[in-house]
Amino acid sequence: MTEAAVSPAPKARATARRPDSIRLLLNNSLATGGFFILVTMALVALAAPFLPLADPDVTAPANRLMPPFSPDHFLGTDALGRDILSRIVWGTRVSLAVGLSATVIAAFFGSLIGLVAGYAAGRVDSVLMRGIDMIMAFPYILLALAIVAVLGPGLLNALYAIAVVNIPFFARSIRGITLGLSRREFVDAARLSGKSNAQILFIEVLPNVLPVIIITMSTTIGWMILETAGLSFLGLGAQPPQADLGSMLGEGRKILFTAPHVSVVPGLMILVLVMSINLFGDGVRDVLDPRLKSGVLTRPVARTTVDRKDASSGLKPRADAILDVQDLRTEFHLGGTVYKAAGGVDLHLAQGECLGVVGESGSGKSVSAMSIMGLVPSPPGRIVGGAAFLGNEDLFSASDERIRQLRGADVSHVFQDPLSTLHPLFTIGDQLTEAILAHRQVSGSEAMKIAEDLLNLVRIPNPSERLKVYPHELSGGMRQRICIAMALANDARVMIADEPTTALDVTVQAQILSLMNTLRHERDAAILFITHDFGVVSAICDRVAVMYAGKVVETGATQEILNSPAHPYTAKLIDCVPVLGEPERRLDAIEGRPPMVNNLPQGCAFADRCPKAQADCRAAPIPVTEFAEGRSVRCLHPVKEGEHV
Amino acid sequence: MAAYILKRLVAAIPVLFGLTIIVFLIMAMIPGDTATAILGSYATPENVEKLNRDLGLDKSLPQQYLIWLGNLLQGDLGRSYSLNRPVLDEVVERFSATMILAGTSLVLCSIFGLLAGVMSAVRQFGWTDKIVTFFVLIGISTPSFWLGLLLILAFAVKLRLFPASGMFAIYGGGDLPDLIHHLVLPALTLSVVATGVIARLTRTSMLEVLRQDYIRTARAKGLAERKVIAKHAFKAALVSVIPVIGIQAGFVMGGAVYIETVFQWPGIGSMLVTAISTRDLLLVQGGVLFVAAAYVLFNLAADIVQTMLDPRLR
Repeated sequence: MTEAAVSPAPKARATARRPDSIRLLLNNSLATGGFFILVTMALVALAAPFLPLADPDVTAPANRLMPPFSPDHFLGTDALGRDILSRIVWGTRVSLAVGLSATVIAAFFGSLIGLVAGYAAGRVDSVLMRGIDMIMAFPYILLALAIVAVLGPGLLNALYAIAVVNIPFFARSIRGITLGLSRREFVDAARLSGKSNAQILFIEVLPNVLPVIIITMSTTIGWMILETAGLSFLGLGAQPPQADLGSMLGEGRKILFTAPHVSVVPGLMILVLVMSINLFGDGVRDVLDPRLKSGVLTRPVARTTVDRKDASSGLKPRADAILDVQDLRTEFHLGGTVYKAAGGVDLHLAQGECLGVVGESGSGKSVSAMSIMGLVPSPPGRIVGGAAFLGNEDLFSASDERIRQLRGADVSHVFQDPLSTLHPLFTIGDQLTEAILAHRQVSGSEAMKIAEDLLNLVRIPNPSERLKVYPHELSGGMRQRICIAMALANDARVMIADEPTTALDVTVQAQILSLMNTLRHERDAAILFITHDFGVVSAICDRVAVMYAGKVVETGATQEILNSPAHPYTAKLIDCVPVLGEPERRLDAIEGRPPMVNNLPQGCAFADRCPKAQADCRAAPIPVTEFAEGRSVRCLHPVKEGEHV
Repeated sequence: MAAYILKRLVAAIPVLFGLTIIVFLIMAMIPGDTATAILGSYATPENVEKLNRDLGLDKSLPQQYLIWLGNLLQGDLGRSYSLNRPVLDEVVERFSATMILAGTSLVLCSIFGLLAGVMSAVRQFGWTDKIVTFFVLIGISTPSFWLGLLLILAFAVKLRLFPASGMFAIYGGGDLPDLIHHLVLPALTLSVVATGVIARLTRTSMLEVLRQDYIRTARAKGLAERKVIAKHAFKAALVSVIPVIGIQAGFVMGGAVYIETVFQWPGIGSMLVTAISTRDLLLVQGGVLFVAAAYVLFNLAADIVQTMLDPRLR
C-alpha cells in the first residue's frame, strides 16, 4: 500500500546530485560535535611535547595531592606531586595510540580472515569461521584477560589481547559482505579476464568492502579504548612509569576517599574521548550505510495524521451512500519533497455494493483506500484535504478512540499478502478472538466459538484444529480465508480489500473471489475492492473507478466501462487484459511511465502517453464530466463508442 | 519443545569440549618451562626433569590434554599454589558470588533496556526518545570502573546509603537484606553498559517491527494502541533482542572483572586479576573455564527462549 510513497523516493534521490559524504557527515550536528572534540583532543595529544606543560613524570613530594585550580597546577597534582593536566595530555596520547593500533591490527587480521573466508567459501570458509566462533564462545573481556595472563602484564600485551578479541567482529561482518560480492557479475568478469584470485580479492572486492571495514572500525574503536583502559586500570596494562588514562585511574583509586580528583579527572577524560568517538562513529555509519539513513526508520503512528488546511466543512455526505469519500488529498512528505499520492479523490459506496478501484502501481488507489480509516503510514503520510463520510460521520474529524471503535467493527480490511499481514508469533485462534474481543463483550470461550463459526463461514475444514496453528503452517489461500474471516468477525458494513488476491495463485484467486462475492450477498456488506486487474474487476465489482496519478479518471458500471471505456487510459488498461479464446486481441502494454506524483503536470497527467492528446489537454486541470447516468470521465476528448485507441 | 531443548543441550556438548581445548592450549602456549617456573632458576636439571615427568609434561600435547581433561571430568582442576587449596573449591566459591552479581545485573539491564527501548521507539523523536538516546550514549561510553568509583563517592562516602565494598557486612551480616544492601551499587554499575546496548537494539527492532504489515492488521482490527505496542510489536521485537541479551551475559560476566575489583566483591573476576598478577595460572585456567562454560549455557538459554517465542524456529 505504500508503493506510491516508497517507490519514487530512491529515484528522486538518484536524480538529485548526490551530496558528498563529508558534507552529509557535517550535516549531522552530533557527529560534527564529536568529530571536533576528537580532533581537538588528538591535536593536543600530538602536540604534547611542544606544549608548555610540566614534565608528567617529575615527582614533587612537597606538592602532592594539590586540588584542582591550584596555581601552576590547573587540575591539581597526584600522590607523587606530578601535574595531572600534563599527565592527562600524555596519557590521552598513549590511550589514543593504543586504541588506534589495536583497531588497525584487529581490522587488518579480521578483514583478511573475512575476505578469504567469504571469497574462498566451502571448506576454507567453514574452518576459518569455526575458529572465529570458538573465539566468540568466550566472554570478550575474559579472553583478553586469559591472553594477558599468558603474555604477562604490559601495555603492548594488553594491546595485543584487545586486538585479538576484536578480530571476530571484523571477520564476521566482512565475510558476510564478501560472500555476497563474490557471486556478483563483476567478479565473474574479472575471473574470466584471467585475473588471479589475489588480484580479484584485493582489486575488485576489497574496495567494495572498505566501507564496512570503516564502519566496523568506527564503531569498535571506542570499545577498544575503553577495554585497554580497563586492563590498565586493573594493573595489567601500562606499567609505571608509563601511564595511560586507565592506569592513572587505577593509581588514583587507592586514594579515592582523600583525593577523588586524581581518579575522577582521568575517568572523565576517557568518557569524553570515547563519547566523541562514538558520536563520530555513528555519523560515519549513517553516511556509509544507506539502510540506516535518517528517515528510513520511522515508525508509523496509530492513525494517519489529519492536517486539513482548507476546512472541508462545506462537504456534505450523499444521501444514498454508506461510505462517501470526497476530494481526498493524501500526501507523503519525504525529505522536503511532497508526493501527492491522492490528489482529490472521490469515491462512494452504496449498501451491499462492490466498487472496484483500478489503476497501476503508484496510481494512489491503495493510499486512497487506506486513508479512509487512517491506516496510511504516518509519518510520512498525512491527509491534507477532503472528507470521508461513514453514513453521516466525517471520519477525518472523528477522535482517535472513535476511529479505533470503528476499525474492524464497522469498517474492516483485507490486505494483500496474507503471510505478512498475519502476526507470525500468534495462533490463528488468538488473532481471531482478539478481533472479536476488541469490539464485543463476550467471554474468551464464547469468542473461540465465534471464531470457529467464522472459519466455517469461510469454508475452512476442521476449524477447531486450525485455530491452534500458526500462520506459517497454512497455505496462502488458507491464510487469506483467515484474513477474510477476521474482517467478517464483527459484521462490518464496509470491507476495504486491498489487492486481496494479488499474492495468490490463479486457482486460489478464483476461490477467494467467489467466496467474497457470496459472503457480501449473504451479509449485504459493501466492498471497496482495490486491484490492478480488470479480470478480477469483471468477476466481482458492480461499479469501477479507474485511478491515474492520484486522481479518479473514470467511473461507471463495470459492464459499461468494459464495453465502452471513455478515458483513453481505461481503454488501454482494458486492452492489457488477455482474454482466453481471443488470440488476435492486442496486448498493448501502455507506452511510457506514469508521472511522478511529486511533479505532476498542470493539465492531464496522462497526456504524455495518450494517443488523443491535444494542446488543450496540457493547458489546465481537467474537470470531471458526467456524460451519462452514473458515468463520468476526466477527459476533454473521450474515446467514442467503437473507436479504437 | 522438550525434544528441542534436549537436542540443543546435546549440541552444546561439543562446544564445551571446544572450550576446554582452547583453554588448555592457551595455558600450554605460556612461554618458558613450567617446572623451571615452579622450582626457580637455580633448580638442578635432574630435579626439573623429575618434576616434568611427575607433571606429565614430558608427554605429547594431545596426551597431556587427555590427562588434563580426565582430571577435569573428575573435578580435579589442580591446586592453586598461591592459595594452597584445590582450584575447584576456590573457583566454585567465587563463581557463585559472580553469578549473584552478574545475574542481578543481567535482570536489571534486561528490564531497563527493554523498557527504555520500547518507550524510546514509541515516542520516536519526542523528549523521551531524546533523553533515552542521550543516556544510552553516556552508558556505552562510560568506563564502568570509573562509574563505580563515582557511585562509591556519592552513595557510600557522601550519602552513606550503601556500603562501599564487600558482599556481606563483616560483623552481624550474612542474611539476604545484607546481601541486597551490598549488591545495589555493584549490580547497578555493572548493568549500565548492557542496558545501553539492549535499549538501543530494542529501539531499532521496535521501529522495524512497527512498520510491519501485521501491525497495520492489528490496528485495522481496532485494537487499542497500548495492546498493539505491548502485545503485537513487543513480542516480535523481543525475538530479535533475546539473543543479544544472551550475548550481553558474556559482557556482564566480563565486566564483572572490573566491578568486582572496584567493589571488592569476592567473585571470580577479582580472583582472576589477583591470580594473573601472582602468575597462578591453574587458578586462571579454572576461572576462565567456568565463566566460559556459563556463557555457553546463557546463550543456550537465550536460544531456547527465542525458540519458545517464535514458532517458526521450531
